[in-house]
Amino acid sequence: MTDTLDRPATTPELKVVGTRPIRPDGVDKVTGRAQYGADLAMAGQLHGSILRSPHAHARIVSIDTKKARALPGVKAVVTGADFPDLGDVMHDGGEGVNNLGYVSNNVMAKSKVLYDGHALAAVAALSPAIAEAALDLIEVKYEVLPHVINVDAAMAPGAPQIHEDMTYEGQPSNIAKRYQFGRGDLDVAFASADVIVEGEYTTEPVHQGYIEPHACVCSVGADGRADIWASSQGAFMVRSMSALVAGMPVSNVRVTPAEIGGGFGGKTVVYLEPVALLLSKMAGAPVKMVMSREEVFRATGPTSGSSMKVRLGAKFDGTLVAADVDMKFQAGAFPGSPVSAACMTVLSCYDLPTMRVVGWDVVTNSPKVAAYRAPGAPIGAFAVESAMDDLALKLGLDPIALREKNAARDGTVAAYGATLQNIGYVETLEAVRDHPNLQAKLGPNQGRGVAVGFWFNFGGESSASIHLGDDGSATVATASPDIGGSRASMAMMAAETLGVSVDKIRPIVADTASIGHSMVTGGSRTTFATGMAVIQATEKAIEELKRRAAMTWDVPAETVEWKAGAAHCLDVKGEAKSLTLDQLAAAAGKTGGSIGAEVTLTAQGAGPGFAVHVCDVEVDPETGAVTVLRYTAGQDVGRAIHPAYVEGQIQGGAVQGIGWALNEEYVFDSKGKMENAGFLDYRVPVASDLPMIDTVMVEVPNPKHPFGVKGVGEVPIVPPLAALANAVRAATGVRINALPLSPPRIRAAVDAAKA
Amino acid sequence: MSKKHVTTTVNGDPAEFLTDPATSLLNALRDELGLTGAKEGCGTGDCGACSVIVDGRLVCSCLMLAAEAEGKRIETIEGMAQSGVLHPLQQKFLEHAALQCGFCTPGILVAAKALLDANPDPTETETRYWLAGNLCRCTGYDKIIHAVMDAAADMRQVRRAS
Repeated sequence: MTDTLDRPATTPELKVVGTRPIRPDGVDKVTGRAQYGADLAMAGQLHGSILRSPHAHARIVSIDTKKARALPGVKAVVTGADFPDLGDVMHDGGEGVNNLGYVSNNVMAKSKVLYDGHALAAVAALSPAIAEAALDLIEVKYEVLPHVINVDAAMAPGAPQIHEDMTYEGQPSNIAKRYQFGRGDLDVAFASADVIVEGEYTTEPVHQGYIEPHACVCSVGADGRADIWASSQGAFMVRSMSALVAGMPVSNVRVTPAEIGGGFGGKTVVYLEPVALLLSKMAGAPVKMVMSREEVFRATGPTSGSSMKVRLGAKFDGTLVAADVDMKFQAGAFPGSPVSAACMTVLSCYDLPTMRVVGWDVVTNSPKVAAYRAPGAPIGAFAVESAMDDLALKLGLDPIALREKNAARDGTVAAYGATLQNIGYVETLEAVRDHPNLQAKLGPNQGRGVAVGFWFNFGGESSASIHLGDDGSATVATASPDIGGSRASMAMMAAETLGVSVDKIRPIVADTASIGHSMVTGGSRTTFATGMAVIQATEKAIEELKRRAAMTWDVPAETVEWKAGAAHCLDVKGEAKSLTLDQLAAAAGKTGGSIGAEVTLTAQGAGPGFAVHVCDVEVDPETGAVTVLRYTAGQDVGRAIHPAYVEGQIQGGAVQGIGWALNEEYVFDSKGKMENAGFLDYRVPVASDLPMIDTVMVEVPNPKHPFGVKGVGEVPIVPPLAALANAVRAATGVRINALPLSPPRIRAAVDAAKA
Repeated sequence: MSKKHVTTTVNGDPAEFLTDPATSLLNALRDELGLTGAKEGCGTGDCGACSVIVDGRLVCSCLMLAAEAEGKRIETIEGMAQSGVLHPLQQKFLEHAALQCGFCTPGILVAAKALLDANPDPTETETRYWLAGNLCRCTGYDKIIHAVMDAAADMRQVRRAS
């Protein structure tokens, strides 16, 4: 563990921030007491199951549910016809703006099924076995249509048209949107370059791979009021999306967040909840729905597969003069790949005078992509960081020195127009360069790869409340689901602000009826934005505490100071007086009622994240298998509130990236059916695949946050894809431009290079 | 389909339940006995989130029929803390921040306990291979491995002292 940054010497005033207390929800999670999405059972609940398309692309000619309805124990059956037609209504929820028509169509297909696994009917029955039996009795007539999954093929003339009404430049097309960013004259800039490197790259769709499948229980009363218990990245997102898709007033729905068993962006959308709502309404009983792992793979958000081109121009000394990047991303069945975010991040580690970044959002007959940790950025970074490695090789420069020479610094204007400020990128490059792992000697068939990554991080809408108990303890409520220890960071920031020990704070994740609106947990925003709301709510409570103390002493409130968990003042005689939090809380009932505050804000000024990763691998020349020998992950974290959970984010992100680089991919057969919809064949990293992941936390505080917080959760997945590819190149001498770097692919590339 | 009556021992206490012949031990634990600490992450024995110990042997409870539990001794995550005192592995997982979302944690703790029952002094490599059947998507395993090794060291010391 890296303990060096705990309680940095520069901030002796901080007593709680920077320490490593045991997380408040920890005991529940090591004893099995914590309740996740599938752990709740409501009295009288029915079990819902979904019928899914066996075809990648087909017109639904007819659905006959008569036999299913007649099966004893079946209480309700729904198809797309039971859902309201939402057209092109846009709704701002989840991660960004959603087209509700697309959301609805993805939840339940209407006229066509657009991918293997697309839902088209659902049943609620007395038991899961009866529900499954009923699905077999639903008769569907399909007109199977030609399908297309590969992004280049989907853009080619004559490709199967997935959405009849979609056009690009007046022609029917699967291109949903083209993005372009950049500045300067590319031709002039490339003409001034001493060296140019070019490459074409591909990646496959990969899944977030959270271990908890999607699950919910919905109960709709005869008065139309509904309760949802669900695991998600945001109960307010679930409330609005579920109500709108099911055609119910949003105010009729209350969502209680279950513990969430991983999300990584994949739980920022709804799949089951609107279906369970309608089934429950029809059946007049609660309906529980739990996805199988196969359903999770076939029907929930992977991230895009891609096809990319990169051209970089540089001077002999390594100075970059121009970059030209083109990225085509699979969106899956509906528009909305993360290609715009990929465009905006892909060159943001560099100070570039001239650049062009073009992105294509392309629909394909595969599951609609969902957000996945720094959406789009790892894919783009795979291409550009591979090209940067080639450039370093061509120029004979050290890869870290090359990046330092061209590093974005304070004042650098990124491709998307933002001026970067208070960034710790160069500091991170230097800290990683100096890590002892980089002195390790490499043997035969071993190689070292370097790559860097950028992610904006987000602020956004958050709410928090604090309420003091009469013993001076405090309940802090937010609406941000705790995926990786955020209750701990909320409690710590409240404790630091209030001047008490962290065990006096009980942080909870509240339901949608008990706290103000908040965006999903995503965009690395929770500790930054929700944390800011917690701090401000605590400060409001402190103002009230000071007012109560002033009232007790009969002095003006402005003469009272709050320090170390107590109100202090000098009275008229100049005598020091103090009242502790406990004393003020105990007396609150007599001085004006219980003390508390709630704050809702839209946080601005999230500091961007920069990551620098170095990976050492050994490639088995016989099998092509890659062993990760050493992994060093450096990051500017702003300020680590709970350093152990920040390390955890860095380690977890790095390892997800290692899986993406080496093993993970969706494999489709010739009919467009996913062939590896299970953890045996879709292989995520296991403990024996990995070494320890050594972290280097660099703290360049964000001045826009009271404690200097920058988001930390996403950027660590940005560099690993290229770091692994660059290490494999160093080990084998062969550049491989396609992921994953699976043993057969490495063998084939090495054999081809020898021939 | 008639149900089968099963008599078993769960975390040291007698337990009985009725089950369909096709029901997994995992579903019987969760739905019949209300022990939801064991999780279903895959239902195919690939993720280990449903790990329990049956007659001293680590198993994926999703792959065992509930009816096979007749007469067996089952240990689940709910029985790991004794009288409200956490098992050293549970304590070390908290101290090392060895969990993030916590969904895989019960299965990993049960698997780690089975490891230390069988081998009180595992190497890092042995620990990594023993836990290779338990997927964690959040942590990258680093802190999990540290926590298991640290718990093992503490337990060895306690054993030597007693």
